[in-house]
Amino acid sequence: MTSKMTSQSAARRSAGAAESVAGNGLLDRRIFLRSGAVFAAGITSGALTAPAAGAQALQIEPWMKTPGAPLSGYGQPSQYEAKVARILTPVPGQTQIGTSRTPLHLLEGTITPNGLHFERHHSGVPDINPDAHRFVIHGLVRQPLVFTLDALSRYPMHARTTFIECAGNGALLFQNAPVQQTVQQFQGLLSCAEWTGVRLADLLDEAGVDPKAQWLVAEGADAAGFSRSIPLAKATDDVLVALYQNGERLRPSNGYPMRLVVPGYEGNTHVKWLRRIKLTEGPAMTKDETSKYTITLNSGKSLQFVHPQECKSLITRPSHGLAMKEPGLCEISGIAWSGYGKIAKVEVSADGGRSYAPAMLQEPVLSKSLTRFRMLWRWNGGPATLQSRATDETGQVQPTRAAQIASRGSRTIYHWNAITSWGVSDKGEVKHVYA
Amino acid sequence: MSTHSILLATTTCVLLASAGIAAETPKLGTPIAPGAVEAWDISVEPDGVGLPPGSGTSKQGEAIYAAKCAGCHGEKGTGKPYDALVGGIGTLPAPQAPVRTVGSYWPYATTFFDYVRRAMPFNETKSLSNDELYALTAYVLHLNGIVGENDTMNAQTLPQVRMPNRDGFVPFKRGD
Ligand code: HEC
Repeated sequence: MTSKMTSQSAARRSAGAAESVAGNGLLDRRIFLRSGAVFAAGITSGALTAPAAGAQALQIEPWMKTPGAPLSGYGQPSQYEAKVARILTPVPGQTQIGTSRTPLHLLEGTITPNGLHFERHHSGVPDINPDAHRFVIHGLVRQPLVFTLDALSRYPMHARTTFIECAGNGALLFQNAPVQQTVQQFQGLLSCAEWTGVRLADLLDEAGVDPKAQWLVAEGADAAGFSRSIPLAKATDDVLVALYQNGERLRPSNGYPMRLVVPGYEGNTHVKWLRRIKLTEGPAMTKDETSKYTITLNSGKSLQFVHPQECKSLITRPSHGLAMKEPGLCEISGIAWSGYGKIAKVEVSADGGRSYAPAMLQEPVLSKSLTRFRMLWRWNGGPATLQSRATDETGQVQPTRAAQIASRGSRTIYHWNAITSWGVSDKGEVKHVYA
Repeated sequence: MSTHSILLATTTCVLLASAGIAAETPKLGTPIAPGAVEAWDISVEPDGVGLPPGSGTSKQGEAIYAAKCAGCHGEKGTGKPYDALVGGIGTLPAPQAPVRTVGSYWPYATTFFDYVRRAMPFNETKSLSNDELYALTAYVLHLNGIVGENDTMNAQTLPQVRMPNRDGFVPFKRGD
């Protein structure tokens, strides 16, 4: 066993040596093609010698012998995947406010399944009868209008795959010591879906916007009447009144029967359970754009209307809670996103940022959407510090932790987008570190 | 289509989308009279637009606060289990931890009226009368030393209240 491992990794090492792209074992993915060729050669020669035998003899399992479960109306994940679930972090004593978080470290690709999309509610999930739901546009318009779900369902549909990230995602990273939590626990207020619905621009045009209007206030039908102001320029650019999430009607926890989707903007501007839009000259200065969701700088002044979620990335595997199995070849996988546009580049480091190499980006790379990146790594069994650094198409580069704190201080909980570091120990444990 | 005209068509689409020019739609919105929106029109703007008739003083607000708010925001707004509504004035610059409350942080008093009307008390929202809302607003502003005990809050006086952190906010621009 030991000698086999050694000879295999020796073969890989020699194949990979020339392909090193950055320090501490980062490799060019194209090595796969070459080792494939070596493997093919191995089969030919294998015919001449006895093949190695490590795996146990194959068994006939019970499910191979009798018919399985009947058809079902709405499919559920395998019973063996029960751990792939949101975790709840309610405000103490209140299950109706607080958050539930997406298990980013247990998912692949870029789309969040609807039952795993993160939640942040300010007064629970309303149980809305879609036939009784009304959506009104009024204020500085030529003609105030009311829309039913039925009516909106008959409009030309527009689809947009976009992430939604809570402005408070990563809040614990402002702390002085690195928290030892999974990606889900401290960065799980981030999800991505294909949203389909009606362009808000079309509905505003139907109501006839008064030229004096520069903003609108959007409001939900939940008990908190959650409300945020959005600049009219954004509203007529790419905002949707979404009716569908990944092809099915919105989930109640994501705004059923209709919500705003405001691509790239901080999560709570994507007002759920949308019941009203009022066109105004200026922002309404609601509680959630003054008291909360503002960034207090060291000067004592606070940044307001910090709308875009800025350029960010995160390695999801390996990460805290997902230990390395054994030395050898593995894939580093993660996600990158920017509220300003497309991801242009993600660089990965295995030596704490001393050297970086560009990761492969999974196609298609969409604007204001999650982008999956992958990097091949040969872990030599020694300590390593893994980092990823994203750059978007507008040239914004994800900052280091030090740069972020230097510019915005650490007395806020909002808009953390700096580089996250994972320390891999020689035992393969993965810890969150500041590097 | 030549490469040139494909390019042209693509550019036109992009322009249409980004300039927000509306497309042909069935136009199924039903006209509604402004008066019929009234029950839902609960936004209050900082200049006072949206404030309803009614009035109240801090004295009147004290008892309402004790009955309907103190259980969650503490006696006299001191907080616990949920947000403190008083204190923290002067704590915003570093190095101390900022204490952000209605008194120390909120730029506009109108926001208090807007928010409490739509979202409080937590388990029974939209249940307070306009007079109760003005009285509670006066009470919390008074606890913060911003208005006097006998000052009346109404649609005219509330927008004129000057909050201590009125000039404390900077609209974000990229690069901040
Ligand atoms: C059952 C508990 C409960 C009661 C009773 C209650 N509140 Fe609240 N209050 C909350 C919670 C929870 C929040 C935070 C809501 C959120 O997350 O958006 C809050 C938030 C607030 C805020 C915003 C604080 C800030 O700094 O952002 C104000 C102001 C407020 N409440 C005022 C009141 C008033 C006035 C009353 C009485 C009429 C009241 N509340 C009654 C639970 C309560």
